[in-house]
Amino acid sequence: MRLQKQKGVVNQLSSPAETTPVVDNVRDQVLADVQANLGSVVVESLVKPGDDIWIRVSTQSWNESMRKLQAMGFDYFCFLSAIDWMPSPFGRGEDDPTEPAPERDTTIRPGYTGGETRMQLLVRLVNSRSYVGINVKTDVPNEVYTVDSIANVFAGANWHEREAHEMFGIGFIGHPDLRNMYLPSDFEGFPMRKDFPLLARMVKPWPGIVDVEPLPGGDADQEEAS
Amino acid sequence: MTILNDPVNAKLGDRAQLSYIASQAADARLNVELETEGMTLNIGPQHPATHGTLRIIARLDGEQVLWAEPSCGYMHRGYEKLTEVRSFPQVTSLINRIDWLGSFANEVPFILAAEKLMGVEAPPRAQWIRTILFELSRIANVSLFLGDLGVQLGAITPVFMAFRDREYVLNLIESATGGRFHPNFDRIGGLKDDLPAGWIDETKVVMKKLRNFCDEIESLLFGNEIFQSRTRGIGVIPRDVAMQYGLSGANLRASGVDWDLRRDQESPMAWNKVDFKVWTHPDGDSFARCWVRLQETREATKIVDQLLDGIPAGPVMAKVPKIIKVPEGEAWVSTENPLGEMGYYVVSRGDSGPFRVKIRSASFNNISITPWLLRGVYVPDIITILASLYFILGDIDR
Repeated sequence: MRLQKQKGVVNQLSSPAETTPVVDNVRDQVLADVQANLGSVVVESLVKPGDDIWIRVSTQSWNESMRKLQAMGFDYFCFLSAIDWMPSPFGRGEDDPTEPAPERDTTIRPGYTGGETRMQLLVRLVNSRSYVGINVKTDVPNEVYTVDSIANVFAGANWHEREAHEMFGIGFIGHPDLRNMYLPSDFEGFPMRKDFPLLARMVKPWPGIVDVEPLPGGDADQEEAS
Repeated sequence: MTILNDPVNAKLGDRAQLSYIASQAADARLNVELETEGMTLNIGPQHPATHGTLRIIARLDGEQVLWAEPSCGYMHRGYEKLTEVRSFPQVTSLINRIDWLGSFANEVPFILAAEKLMGVEAPPRAQWIRTILFELSRIANVSLFLGDLGVQLGAITPVFMAFRDREYVLNLIESATGGRFHPNFDRIGGLKDDLPAGWIDETKVVMKKLRNFCDEIESLLFGNEIFQSRTRGIGVIPRDVAMQYGLSGANLRASGVDWDLRRDQESPMAWNKVDFKVWTHPDGDSFARCWVRLQETREATKIVDQLLDGIPAGPVMAKVPKIIKVPEGEAWVSTENPLGEMGYYVVSRGDSGPFRVKIRSASFNNISITPWLLRGVYVPDIITILASLYFILGDIDR
């Protein structure tokens, strides 16, 4: 029996799905070690075979978990950042400013390993001996937006936390110096939050697919002349 | 010259002589008791040593730095925010401009991340050409560093040689991709085009020229006594500190960490098809960082030579839909870029554009060590240390 090809279904991708291993013993073992070491603070975890590990730890244990992970051998600090899970109320900034703004669904939906809050912190650490990396997430409490700083565990987190502070408005308790890095010190708002509009798309509407600028010698020119 | 080619196994006499030169210079400065005065020195934002607009505020005691802090942000372009309003194929034209000396290398990890989410893999020929162009951008990038290094120390000649020889590489990149600095050549599922006719032979000639350039720089600059006394034992980064700050690339390998993402990580690129050496240096000082970069440039020309001999035939583009929609998910891909580890954490919501892109650039981590590293050094060494850390401002500020 021949399978019928459905129109519009993307089945012609040269997908390597058959070749990717379904079981990843190395990462499963690493995750088991991490869970044994950190205990109950690991709220959720995910292993994508042949790809990566994700874990989510409780907010209270953030600093402590980092210290334990570092002692376990995850001694390479790759990066720290935040993710705002609220979909942007402005879409992709392609709305027509002359018409009323469309209603958009801004329900917060977290990504891998779930989450209860709008903001999440994300840190990537790598084991410098086995080269296995781990993505560690934690929830940032709503409205308060403060978590413990990990700059006393990984010195390199200092600048990354400063960046997250000015871009997402997340406070870090115990950070030595949370001055702005990029923005002027009197800048208001947190640009990387999803409810902060991309101003370049607000002052001049995005032409998008249809070019809205009138052609020279077109109707608009004649109206001005008359 | 043996001592420079192989510092690990150099005879004890050679190493002792070199450290004697350095210690003589240090003693001459330290043993004299002078009345010093505190002051604040501002370097930049416009300074030839800073590869862009970086400002360094240093509080001095006499000629010694008590406290130093780089102030960046003069070049912040907000790429992370801009990616959220663009579609996946449009993003490559933005991220080209992060590390502008090795643009093609910036595109690759992002495209690989998108491909990972889509479950697409580029055909073998595309993977090989990607790897070749990646290494070419490394050579173009680091050869400029090698020339620029001389300028920071007052030697003018190397920079002219570097600009001359880098031009050959840029011409190659231009003839293959159409852009000297911003190729925008990488596509989800492969490459925009195949290589032009005669490109392979031309590249082989250029690689020979670049190896000569490396030899010239090595004998002209690295063998120079002044260069050695200015860089040996200056700005030492121990292994643990380097790991904590997330240093990567040559800066990490110069601290004795044998870690290269090209070798130590599975990726759909052609690095595992060739034979190359990962150079490390145990000292962790400015000299080690420069030396590792020099060896890496030479190694890159050999990688390109090997790859050119074995490019497989076939298409350069996999079958992907015309309108690209990336399935929901999160992916992290990083590669060993000219400046260090560059990676993208891409979150997709099944849309045509990304939901969130975290750009992990190498220079941001590499330069974040400066407040720690510059404490206690002398003012002229600030310039050497910054030059040896090798950062590009577009890569810090993004």
